[in-house]
Amino acid sequence: MSLTTRPQPEAIPRDSAVDRSALGRFVDRMARWPWWLLIIAFFGALIAWNAMTSELYSAIFNRLLLGIGVTIFTTLVAYSLAIAVGLIAGLGRVSQNPVIYNIATLYVQVIRGVPILVQLLVIAFVIVPIVMDGVNLLGNALAPIWGADNLLVRAKPQDVPFLTRSIIALAIAYGGFQAETFRAGIQSISKGQMEAARSLGMSYWQAMRYVILPQAIRRVLPPLGNDFIAMLKDSSLVSVLGVRDITQEARLYAAASFRFLETYTSLAFLYLAMTIVLSLGVKWLEQRLNSEGRAQG
Amino acid sequence: MQRDEPMIVIKHLVKQFGSLRAVNDVSLTVGRGSVTVIIGPSGSGKSTVLRCINHLETPTSGEIWVDGIHLTHDAKHINAVRAEVGMVFQQFNLFPHLTVLENVTLAQRVVRKRSEAEARDIAMQQLTRVGIPEKANAYPSQLSGGQQQRVAIARALAMNPKIMLFDEPTSALDPEMIKEVLDVMLELARSGMTMVVVTHEMGFARKAADEIVFMDRGRIVEQGPPEVFFANPREERARAFLNQILR
Repeated sequence: MSLTTRPQPEAIPRDSAVDRSALGRFVDRMARWPWWLLIIAFFGALIAWNAMTSELYSAIFNRLLLGIGVTIFTTLVAYSLAIAVGLIAGLGRVSQNPVIYNIATLYVQVIRGVPILVQLLVIAFVIVPIVMDGVNLLGNALAPIWGADNLLVRAKPQDVPFLTRSIIALAIAYGGFQAETFRAGIQSISKGQMEAARSLGMSYWQAMRYVILPQAIRRVLPPLGNDFIAMLKDSSLVSVLGVRDITQEARLYAAASFRFLETYTSLAFLYLAMTIVLSLGVKWLEQRLNSEGRAQG
Repeated sequence: MQRDEPMIVIKHLVKQFGSLRAVNDVSLTVGRGSVTVIIGPSGSGKSTVLRCINHLETPTSGEIWVDGIHLTHDAKHINAVRAEVGMVFQQFNLFPHLTVLENVTLAQRVVRKRSEAEARDIAMQQLTRVGIPEKANAYPSQLSGGQQQRVAIARALAMNPKIMLFDEPTSALDPEMIKEVLDVMLELARSGMTMVVVTHEMGFARKAADEIVFMDRGRIVEQGPPEVFFANPREERARAFLNQILR
């Protein structure tokens, strides 16, 4: 067996080693680029270019944009309601009162165990009609005072638009998740904060309002921001109730034109464009809170 | 209320945590304007006694009167008592999202219903008293431990309490910061404040205490004025503890 003469590492000239480390540094720098964002931006530009130059794509976009108002309105209103519901339920989840605790926990467990699409159907087609029946009963009970043909007797489920039902359903569904976010935030504040506030004579609610919640909410802002993004995406579910958001417009357009590829690709990119912007916003918020957190401990 | 009536009366206090009896039949009387220092090994129930006085712990049995008010489970009584009893914690427990000034004014405004200007005046007086008026607009995280603890004392004092409770106020501090906090506490003791202090600082106990209470395993083992207690402890357990601590 003879010795093979392989090129040895020392054989490489010095200047080439310098070149390689420069290359290495270049590769390192490239590796840190947000390539995913560039890829999305590239395809986004491609689609935008199509939307402006191709007649088909501009027709699709014009159609989709008819629904953008409904999508944004649904998301904003349902999210605001969900925050309110979630905060109340979250406070219930940390309550010492067993009745309040159990009601809040029942709500959270039921909501988190049923798919949002199913909740949407149940609320739109079961709960709302039942509630309207109740309203009619109440109207009949009040007949001696208000007259037999009062407003409550005449109320019908059809009086509640599907947009309203969708918003209620999304708010109740997301409220269950946000309740847990708020609960986690409240419980992450050290016990000493509540004790210090109580020892100064504050009531439980005063301590919550002035000491615990301001710190807890600051801490849960990033997850709440992510929930907002998720809500924007899940607002597409309202299309199953025929509410004309961008998804519903896309379905109608595709069904009529058979342009499934172009329509649904455009729809996907429209959502992606909105969620990317929002997630960059959440990232910025997170960084700001972190730097403030360092300043304030 | 008579002047000679004691400020705090504790009768047969028992506090049970699960199977652990942290406080076992403790009776104690604290006179107006007196300084009581509770010492003893860790886990002896000293902090629990202190926390029962303002009902941060609910007693399992026994009775407590604070300034003539019977502490029951009635929430109204509890909040009334707490507003009169200041408490300083081992971990300071300042509110990190508020400035020093806001820390000291918050409860004044919310509980005492003082105006913003009045609360600020009182806060600045108390911050001056503890020696850090210049930090009024800083956030707690920008202060040293000793400074934070002095703000915590100012925060409690701003409520004009009749009693101050100190739960190991120097135990979480770096050694060089202990003195600045003890100096504030000494000044407070001399001003005639009724104080109950749980501490391992025997120097403070000697200088400031009117009464030393030595606890072990949930009971008061020995009690007396510091000159008697430190010179000649009667109980074997107290003697052993002092030997450990004083070396």
